[in-house]
Amino acid sequence: MNPYKRAPFVIIATTLVYIFLYAPIVGLILYSFNASRANVTFEGFITERSDKVVMDGSMVVSSPCGAFHWYCDLAKNNDVLEAAGNTMTIAITATIIATIIGTMSAIALQRYDFKIKPFSQLSLYIPIVIPEIVMGIGALTLFSQLFSWVNSTFALTGDARLSLGMATVAISHIAFMVPFVTLVVQARLQGFDKSYEEAAMDLGANEWITFRRVTFPMILPGVLSGALLAFTLSLDDFVITFFTNGPGSTTLPIYVYGLLRRIITPQVNALSTVWILVVFSAVVLLQILQSRESKQHS
Amino acid sequence: MTSEFAVELRDVVKQFITPEGNQLNAVDHVTMQIKNGEFFSMLGSSGCGKTTSLRMIAGFEWTTEGEVYIEGKPMGHTPPFQRKVNTVFQSYALFQHMSVYQNIAFGLEMEGVKEEEIKKRVGRALEMVQLTGMERRKPKQLSGGQQQRVAVARALVKTPDVLLLDEPLGALDLKLRKEMQLELKALQQQLGITFVYVTHDQEEALTMSDRIAVMSQGKVQQMGTPVEIYERPANKFVADFIGESNFLEGKIKSLEKDDARVFIPALNMEIRGLPISEGLVKGEEVVVSIRPEKIRITDKNAKAENLFHAVVKNTVYIGADTHIYVSAQGVNLKVLEQNHISRLDPNSFYHVGQDVGLMLMPENTLVLKKDA
Amino acid sequence: MLKRLRENKSIQGTLLALPTTAWLFVLLIIPLVLTLIISFGRRSPDGNVIYTFTLDNYIRLFGYSTNCDNGQASCFDPLYVQILWRSLTLAFNTTLIVITMAYPLAYFIARAHPKKRNTYLFMVLIPLWTNFVIRVYAWMMLLRKEGAINIILGTVAGWLHINFAPLELLYTPGAVLVGMVYEFLPFMILPIYTSLEKIDTSLYEAAADLGANSIKTLLRVTLPLSMPGVVAGTILVFIPVMGTFIVSDILGGRQVILIGNLIQRQFLDARDPAFGSSASLILMIMTLIVTYFYTRKFGFGEEIIAA
Repeated sequence: MNPYKRAPFVIIATTLVYIFLYAPIVGLILYSFNASRANVTFEGFITERSDKVVMDGSMVVSSPCGAFHWYCDLAKNNDVLEAAGNTMTIAITATIIATIIGTMSAIALQRYDFKIKPFSQLSLYIPIVIPEIVMGIGALTLFSQLFSWVNSTFALTGDARLSLGMATVAISHIAFMVPFVTLVVQARLQGFDKSYEEAAMDLGANEWITFRRVTFPMILPGVLSGALLAFTLSLDDFVITFFTNGPGSTTLPIYVYGLLRRIITPQVNALSTVWILVVFSAVVLLQILQSRESKQHS
Repeated sequence: MTSEFAVELRDVVKQFITPEGNQLNAVDHVTMQIKNGEFFSMLGSSGCGKTTSLRMIAGFEWTTEGEVYIEGKPMGHTPPFQRKVNTVFQSYALFQHMSVYQNIAFGLEMEGVKEEEIKKRVGRALEMVQLTGMERRKPKQLSGGQQQRVAVARALVKTPDVLLLDEPLGALDLKLRKEMQLELKALQQQLGITFVYVTHDQEEALTMSDRIAVMSQGKVQQMGTPVEIYERPANKFVADFIGESNFLEGKIKSLEKDDARVFIPALNMEIRGLPISEGLVKGEEVVVSIRPEKIRITDKNAKAENLFHAVVKNTVYIGADTHIYVSAQGVNLKVLEQNHISRLDPNSFYHVGQDVGLMLMPENTLVLKKDA
Repeated sequence: MLKRLRENKSIQGTLLALPTTAWLFVLLIIPLVLTLIISFGRRSPDGNVIYTFTLDNYIRLFGYSTNCDNGQASCFDPLYVQILWRSLTLAFNTTLIVITMAYPLAYFIARAHPKKRNTYLFMVLIPLWTNFVIRVYAWMMLLRKEGAINIILGTVAGWLHINFAPLELLYTPGAVLVGMVYEFLPFMILPIYTSLEKIDTSLYEAAADLGANSIKTLLRVTLPLSMPGVVAGTILVFIPVMGTFIVSDILGGRQVILIGNLIQRQFLDARDPAFGSSASLILMIMTLIVTYFYTRKFGFGEEIIAA
């Protein structure tokens, strides 16, 4: 008996679900090469190359970039570049902070007993059981109430006034990222034999060196996957960012959302395609690194 | 050497809180003195407090009461990295992300030893455990026995005053275990370092140790050389735990220094034996203990001191010896006889239902306290 | 001082956990308390909050209206109750559809050759890594009158010589449902896969050995053992569907208003934070009640973390 044999129904259903998962993405990428400017119907690829863009009605007949016309357009779009920069800045900052404090609390929760431990552990589950929008408007309320109080109490004016921006987005991102980092690292620590640390201390390493040379390298894969998860959560986040961003802190998801409500050009598709490619290659690279590491260890 | 004793535990108590919230003395007023250069074993079944005692010497746990002394110095809350003892862990605890070389060099790096010196000493340590050439391997690429050697080398390279070993051979198969026992013993004699060895395997403890502490329920039941422990068990627990013993319950009728007479109600007779346990008094309920190999089977009609009748219930042939299970007026006893003579019939000496006489030599018959 | 810190494990633990705990306290718990307080407040003319204690917002949410057509002082306006009910049923339907779609796929991956499992799993994750908003947009492209679905339907109708007028697929409840299913499908596949993968293959063999056919094996062995995954997946799908507003915003237009849209508009368009806060609390309470009863019945799957 072949242990990997599956019923035909399962195989058909699986194929259909995979098609369901991929059809929208394929369509999205295809339309990024659309010659139609209105992006309503697919009018074929922009094939011809010429020095200047020729618009014929709503059609782009030729472009210096050929089929990649909309990508060239995108590269010239300062708003997109700024939004991309904001997204990365927020994601990187928030990931670093969330990973550090999340790892710390994972170690505390797994290794120590202290008074507020049950509360600390329980609070990790809040972001999982509460809808994002509730967190989003909660953060918005907190910041707006706090800022208006600070601004009026200290009579701040002009640029000194506290307002929503990159910092509030990053701070709110950390709040929903930290529990995931903590839980992932905690799971890793659960399978971690305490005698490794005892051995290090026994051989003359103090607590800090033990952590740096033994504990940390051994839980590093867990910390990294927690950080990766947090990073993708931050990149992907729309709702929390939507409520906590301010002027100058537009992220890509917010920017795309804004576009969708106004005008849709194949530029949006080009942007999406670039996004998918970047994330995809980053993840593939990471997978390769990880599998190479696990091969070394086996 | 500042003290006669490498390690000393004075009236040490270690209390844990069980998950149910009860207090439990894992180590209960233990006092032991381990001499310099000695191979000392703590022997007992799991939960007897032997590993906790070892961990308190290493500094992974602190005493609740009492004090641990290393080289005469009280340890208090001295952290493990400031104690001149090193540990070989049951799980070996080799750092998986470091090579064999890096593992062994780790302790020397912590001392701030120069790199060339580290190289030399790691090389010597590897030579000592016969692993030269394995420097660049990762622990996972080694066999269990090799990992064990690395763990020993990693601890010994620091030239500790005392080496603590926590069931270091527990994960190895029987044959490798026996080999490693002899190797470890040889290593200890060659280096002259004090070894404190924790094991639940009595044969291992008897083979390797200069002295053994038999532990149970957090207390030391007896401390002594392997011969003392086997031949003169301090109480019923030790007699039962180390090797096998037959026990007869009775009451002391008369008591002198080397002579006790105990009335055994089950046999309705008086047995003469050696008073062993401390503090025996006349009239006390005691047990008489005798090892299976020390009972003599004689003719059923013989007449002598400490002799009584029994019926053979079963015989089991074990190759080198035969075990003979007998019953004397309802009391079951086990007798062990060596097979001096080569014969094919297992019943050639004794057969089931045979009437025999059992003789206990008074110098082999130990009178022990009933409980510890 | 340092020595005391080194020896006091309790202080060490507290210090290590403090940044995270404090962060979560300030950004999750205090805001929730603030939301609660504000939900009892009233809107000021300039769109701020007047702190007071009134149940008006809740009464309004559950249908009491002073703005009546027939000139009465008060009447029952089902608008908000309908929105709540619509959100609840949509979340329920989405979860059901997602389970039926995710299960065969998860089963397929779990019983694939171990070497291929990661690739299949990876294929599930790729769409997840494209942005949430982009995924909604992709469906917008497909569902439009001129979109791929209508083109395909038109082509097929052409072959069959049937008259075909492009269907209005976008801005319908169906479009919102499809969008929700698409958004959250991977969140169901992963936990179900995790629990299915844990099942020892010898259990299938044992079931077959004991005379169970494949249907019976599925019902009596596979399904019960994979329940923790289904439970975890349900929590991961149901809760976000209840609170999402982009999917309905983009794919539903102004036609399909969910509680998420209601809350968003109270905060950003209508500028009535007090009413928005009460709606937000009701949303939270509804999801907590559903999760509570659901997890009490089936247990809280550890698969949540695995996903």
